[in-house]
Amino acid sequence: MSVGDLGFFLIVAIALVLLAGEAVAHPSQFAQVLVFGLADGAIYALVALGYTMVYGIIELINFAHGDVFTLGAYVGATIMAFFAGASEDSFLVANLIALLITFPVVMLIMGAVNITIERVAYRPLRNAPRLAPLITAIGMSFLLEGIMFLWHGPATVHVPDLLPHGSGFQTTIGGVFISFKDVFVVIAAAILVTLLAIFINGSKLGKAMRATAQDRDASQLMGININRTIAATFFIGAVLAGAGGMIWGLYFNTITYNLGFRTGLVAFTSAVFGGIGNIPGAALGGMVIGLTAAFSDNYIGSKWTQVVIFGILIGVLVFRPTGLLGMRVPEK
Amino acid sequence: MSEPTTVRKPGSLWARLHLRERIKDRDTAIYGVLLVVVLVWPMSTYYATGSSFLTSQAAHAGTWVLLAIGLNVVVGFAGLLDLGYAAFFAIGAYCYALFASFQLQSSPLHHAYHLPFWLMLFVGMFVAAAAGAILGFPTLRLRGDYLAIVTLGFGEIVPQLFLNLDQWTGGINAIGSIDQPSLPGWITGPWAGATSIAILPNFNFSYDPTAYYVLVVIMIIIAVVLVTNLHRSRLGRAWMAIREDEVAAAAMGINTVTTKLLAFSIGASFSGFAGAYYGASFGLVSPDSFLFVVSITVLVMVVLGGMGNITGVIVGAIAIYFVLNNVLVSLPTNAESFANAVGLGFITKTNGDWPGLAEEARRLQFLLYGLILVGMMLLRPQGLFPSRVREQELKHDAVVEEETVAEQVPTR
Repeated sequence: MSVGDLGFFLIVAIALVLLAGEAVAHPSQFAQVLVFGLADGAIYALVALGYTMVYGIIELINFAHGDVFTLGAYVGATIMAFFAGASEDSFLVANLIALLITFPVVMLIMGAVNITIERVAYRPLRNAPRLAPLITAIGMSFLLEGIMFLWHGPATVHVPDLLPHGSGFQTTIGGVFISFKDVFVVIAAAILVTLLAIFINGSKLGKAMRATAQDRDASQLMGININRTIAATFFIGAVLAGAGGMIWGLYFNTITYNLGFRTGLVAFTSAVFGGIGNIPGAALGGMVIGLTAAFSDNYIGSKWTQVVIFGILIGVLVFRPTGLLGMRVPEK
Repeated sequence: MSEPTTVRKPGSLWARLHLRERIKDRDTAIYGVLLVVVLVWPMSTYYATGSSFLTSQAAHAGTWVLLAIGLNVVVGFAGLLDLGYAAFFAIGAYCYALFASFQLQSSPLHHAYHLPFWLMLFVGMFVAAAAGAILGFPTLRLRGDYLAIVTLGFGEIVPQLFLNLDQWTGGINAIGSIDQPSLPGWITGPWAGATSIAILPNFNFSYDPTAYYVLVVIMIIIAVVLVTNLHRSRLGRAWMAIREDEVAAAAMGINTVTTKLLAFSIGASFSGFAGAYYGASFGLVSPDSFLFVVSITVLVMVVLGGMGNITGVIVGAIAIYFVLNNVLVSLPTNAESFANAVGLGFITKTNGDWPGLAEEARRLQFLLYGLILVGMMLLRPQGLFPSRVREQELKHDAVVEEETVAEQVPTR
């Protein structure tokens, strides 16, 4: 274990001890924060997966990814508004049907959008100087934000509250308020991440993705279609981001056009925290960052949360650049 | 086809100036054009518009040119991606604003400082350079992309800190009425709207926007000379070596950490320098003028202009500044008058969901900026005026790429 690792684990240990002290002193408050943190973290994890997959395969910080997430929420809100039968007031079977239709549609649309972005803005620049695709990624991010701005203006957009809510779907266990929504967010994210893990580890395309991430030229020689594999990576990342956007919208019920910028940066931090390029790492990093944000909101003050999160980002990179689960890779 | 002429008329002024050869050197030509424009700008715009507004706008654009020149050292010369460059800009600006306004009166210090601008210009520069060194020291050992991420985090933290420490910085209320620089004397003339050339004693910069313009032009010229010389120095060659291949550079005996640290702090110092200037010329320093968008915009200027090439970067900065502050800002009014002119006046009115043409055009700004970025990068991924060396490298790379592809295709 190197000095850097030692410093890293020392800081983590101090943070954990402080939190444990807080947990013993005010258990119900602590548990409540934990619930919020888990719900937030689940969403960050979904978005972080897209960042980590894209970075793993083409070493590009895809700045547009956060906006794909927001666009997912926007498209979802629009589609859900179509279902006239869906009432926001109570739990109806109609709501369930609306959700079951909207989720796959939004995920597919976002996948298509992201493939288009990759085709238009990144593929032509694959052999260009390294900063060129970064600039187009930023341009695409502005473009998507511009589209959403044009669509609904600067105001917040309401997302129909279709998840079961109200007195029948919430409970208080030992002073901790838990609603169906909290449970839904965590379970939905867990299902999606599990599906992704199965896909990456089990399917032929998943194998191709891992191979391409490791060595593009060698996998090309093995007969892997690089362009299709990279497009598939963007597709899957956007599917998860779209789902994340939908879940965010259903959980908070308001979205704005520039939501993806901040969320994207936080999700990217999560991906780095877990070890960029590492899929379980991104999921874990998302949860940890979500929890950290919730704890910091509660114990330090919400105006310091951003400083805490990015401070962690710098700390991780200084002490343990490979992240929580990343492995040391030799330089290419 | 003309006959090859070997004898040139010796008496011709044209031949003696070697102007043709000089213009062929692209960078010299660009410098020449820029210099001429800079010289005639205040006077011509004053006579064209009747006010010094365009001159003060050019002075503001100069801040961005300085920033772009500084970031070019980091990104273009040393190949280190810095996504938090605005943080150093903020440090320089706050450094000046805190010590040259009444802000610290209401802070726990209860004493306002009014240090002179000329001193704080260099203090801001050194503080920013020190911040760069402190941030760079532990992180420059990291591979390129990790550095980008660290700087991104730093760029997010610094404005947030200035926002949160409102006891000291005024937070969201920003720091206003910042002291203006003063000089013992100044020359005014028709270029600033005066009737004749005169000498003004005890000159304060708030009297004449041309003063800022002159100051920023001088600062840019100093910066260009410094950076050009740095680029040609031993250090500059070391930066290039690191950019191309860090392992090989280390093997050749270059201390990569020190060299990178120097690039990082020198880049940061330009930003701090520009920050102090910005604080004075804008007169208001607020945490939200240093957000991520600023870092990105400067990066876009560098990449779009042509990384590693100083003239390219200057042109890129001016072009992007022009697009952001003129083309996009005046788009709503221009669109409206255009619609009225071609007889489509009705689309300028609000109608149901339609917010009116001007509002719609205002909403389009973000989208258009994104489109411009993507379009420019797709058309010229190497930037408008890439440096000659890099251009050759890129061509070479492309040739190698084609050869390997050709090798791969054959037998089937």
